[in-house]
Amino acid sequence: MIERLAETIRTAASKGEALYVRGGDTKRFYGHAVEAQPLDVRSYSGVVDYEPSELVITVRAGTPLEEVERTLAERNQMLAFEPPRFAPGGTIGGAVASGLSGPRRQAVGAVRDFVLGVRMLDGRGNDLRFGGRVMKNVAGYDVSRLMAGALGTLGVLTEISLKVLPRPAAEATLRFEMPEAVAIQTINTWLARPLPISASAWQDGELLVRLSGARVAVESACARLGGERVDDAEDYWRSVRDHTAAFFRTDEPLWRVSVPSTAKPLELPGAQFIEWGGALRWLVTEADARTVRAAAEARGGHATLFRGGDGQTPVFHPLPPVAMDIHRRLKREFDPHGILNPGRMYKEL
Amino acid sequence: MDRVNTQSLTKSTGATLPGIDPDRQIDVVSRLRERLPAEAVLYRPEDTRPYECDGLSAYRELPLAVVLPANEEEVAFVLRTCHEMMVPVIARGAGTGLSGGALPAPDSVLLSLAKMNRILAVDPVARIARVQPGVRNAAISDAAKPYGLYYAPDPSSQIACTIGGNVAENSGGVHCLKYGLTVHNVLRVRGYTMAGDLIEFGSEALDSPGYDLLACVIGSEGMLAVVTEVTVKLIPLPETAKVILASFDDVRKASDAVAAIIAEGIIPAGLEMMDQPATRAVEDFVHAGYDLDAAAILLCESDGTPEEVEDEIVRMEAVLRREGATNLRVSRDESERIRFWAGRKAAFPAVGRISPDYYCMDGTIPRKRLGEVLLFIAEMERKYGLRCPNVFHAGDGNLHPLILFDANDPDQLHRTEAFAAEVLQKCIEVGGTITGEHGVGVEKLNQMCLQFSSEELERFHGVKRAFDPQGLLNPLKNIPTLHRCAEFGRMHVHNGQLPHPELPRF
Ligand SMILES: Cc1cc2nc3c(=O)[nH]c(=O)nc-3n(C[C@H](O)[C@H](O)[C@H](O)COP(=O)(O)OP(=O)(O)OC[C@H]3O[C@@H](n4cnc5c(N)ncnc54)[C@H](O)[C@@H]3O)c2cc1C
Repeated sequence: MIERLAETIRTAASKGEALYVRGGDTKRFYGHAVEAQPLDVRSYSGVVDYEPSELVITVRAGTPLEEVERTLAERNQMLAFEPPRFAPGGTIGGAVASGLSGPRRQAVGAVRDFVLGVRMLDGRGNDLRFGGRVMKNVAGYDVSRLMAGALGTLGVLTEISLKVLPRPAAEATLRFEMPEAVAIQTINTWLARPLPISASAWQDGELLVRLSGARVAVESACARLGGERVDDAEDYWRSVRDHTAAFFRTDEPLWRVSVPSTAKPLELPGAQFIEWGGALRWLVTEADARTVRAAAEARGGHATLFRGGDGQTPVFHPLPPVAMDIHRRLKREFDPHGILNPGRMYKEL
Repeated sequence: MDRVNTQSLTKSTGATLPGIDPDRQIDVVSRLRERLPAEAVLYRPEDTRPYECDGLSAYRELPLAVVLPANEEEVAFVLRTCHEMMVPVIARGAGTGLSGGALPAPDSVLLSLAKMNRILAVDPVARIARVQPGVRNAAISDAAKPYGLYYAPDPSSQIACTIGGNVAENSGGVHCLKYGLTVHNVLRVRGYTMAGDLIEFGSEALDSPGYDLLACVIGSEGMLAVVTEVTVKLIPLPETAKVILASFDDVRKASDAVAAIIAEGIIPAGLEMMDQPATRAVEDFVHAGYDLDAAAILLCESDGTPEEVEDEIVRMEAVLRREGATNLRVSRDESERIRFWAGRKAAFPAVGRISPDYYCMDGTIPRKRLGEVLLFIAEMERKYGLRCPNVFHAGDGNLHPLILFDANDPDQLHRTEAFAAEVLQKCIEVGGTITGEHGVGVEKLNQMCLQFSSEELERFHGVKRAFDPQGLLNPLKNIPTLHRCAEFGRMHVHNGQLPHPELPRF
């Protein structure tokens, strides 16, 4: 199967024909459209190796995310970065390539923090392995983490080894009423204390905080923080993760503004949904790209036109020239013919 | 191509300095002194000698000059000048690296970041610290402590090693099983490319646009950029911690217990193993109170709220008993906890006392193969007639076998090399890696040829070219040339003396 994918790449490379690398295609909206022959990875599917005591799972890139998470749940483990599922059918390869993490990111880390190794095909069709299946590995450059979030522009992921974690024994969600600036300040103060906070969400004067961990730790944190207990919060956090919550169901442009968690309010028109202890601010706004990006930059962050772009406005925040040069050269090293998802991330790549 | 080789390097430490072209040296030094004060540009052998090696002291080379910039402008100037003059540059922190990462190249400028050692900001609400590269690892946690915060990665060299070096090596510590490595705890790195261009990797937000160059630079052994500022994540200090000392009458049972704890859904704050030769060496040295009859002991730490720790200790004790522990002791107070750890932390110097020389290996293997690999090591002890105590990060599967030998006996040296080679090869065979935390540097270039295919090595060289097209920053380290992959070589620690003997060794 890998040989078949490699052959397709080699042929495309020899003709200089672009490929649209895809898994479940559930994140087609993310990034710029790629008009090219699809390279569907879904048929390369299944768990290669899973040993719960290793805290590592190795899966083929085409494996459905649902299947990976089900396999882990059977052994009471999880993908701690809570990859979003924007539609049914997403694959683990797509989850890693898009580099998107869910509500727990602030507490435990992002996709890239859990990537231990990859097997991939570069733009010449070479079958390569980087990293491995162990927790600590400093042999060579960390190419496997580089693949997380590269949107398939540097290579086609075929197998991925991920660190997994035990599911928390207990979980509780608390609700508080507070305005934006107070919520940002408060949640950051709480995060500086040894409390098992695993997620936060603020919208319209309402702050929800999720606690996860040992039962005793969760209970004692609930007692310390006060607030109002929210029952059946699991569905709520899933709706935040998967963008099925009402806030995200919009046809207006949706911006993903990533800033330092204590950054002051964006003060832009429109509606906002704040996650990750203040570090992730979703914004539905009519404000133009320049205004949104300036506000993000002024606060030490960046802005992605996550959904609803006009096809013209760059989706990803422009890079400084020195960084763009390195990006361009990396792209050339891994995909010399420029055939893998050209332009999906930046038109230069 | 392969100038990094012990023979030629040790020769150049002679009085005549055959490696250094005096005209070139004068050129470079005078250009650098145009903008840097004379005392920040050293070139006399007596001044540059302290920089001829890092913790892997068997490899030595004098640089053309040692430069000690005081700020970013000076770093940029040094890099631009060297770039223009095609002079290789090697960044250096505290020089505690164990793989020759900071070893000067012939005709190079050694760039010491030691003077840039200020903590620029600690923000207790944002839970970050912004520091210069020469700040010592432990100094960050010291500065954060008044706010109830700390910087989690804790290499045992932490009182000496710098954050710049930690970033370059992606260093780990005893607590990285639960809290992650450097790559998980650094938000942003600011630095300069070899061409002298300023660049930021990551940001104080949780992600940044484009490729994850931050991940690429962390662990890059100072070959992609010179780090001039780092923003690290600080996390709340746990309220309390306790450690269990568990004895086993069989190494394999102890290994299985490690896997069993993890399988139970517990992530201990630390999970370390020592075999009997190691505990015996240590006990003579620090009197930690270890069970000397045990074939192996495990140290299992739990941290968190008092309730959490109580709960986790009970669960770990149950697993350990079920897995056949012959004796369990839980630290009763903080001083006992520290005493239990003291033995572990003193293990390397303790071993150094019982043998004229030892060679510390560093490989990682899947946890489930621990028992098998330890038995393999025991078999190699018999095969080569050399002792090899084991002290290591069991929870991460990160082995540090210590081969004891006498370098004055050439045959022993030869057998040590063969022994180590077999062990590293075994690490690769069982699905592990040749280095978990000490880096490749110049030490493991040959083993890289075993672990990676030529296409993979070529892509690594491609990464290097993307950042440093001329290949001037810390050249010829980390990734072997395909040509080199035909050769083989290995180093050892002479007379049990690593540099920095005052530091505990993992
Ligand atoms: C006693 C002892 C115990 C140790 N214990 C551990 C341990 O528990 N865990 C562990 O992971 N390691 C350990 N080490 C290894 C070593 O301490 C680490 O690798 C450490 O991170 C090196 O830091 P340093 O400041 O000494 O760097 P150096 O040795 O000076 O340099 C290491 C590498 O970093 C590069 N570098 C340094 N500063 C910069 C900069 N500003 N910009 C770019 N590149 C730079 C150098 O070029 C070199 O490649 C130990 C070493 C000793 C001697």
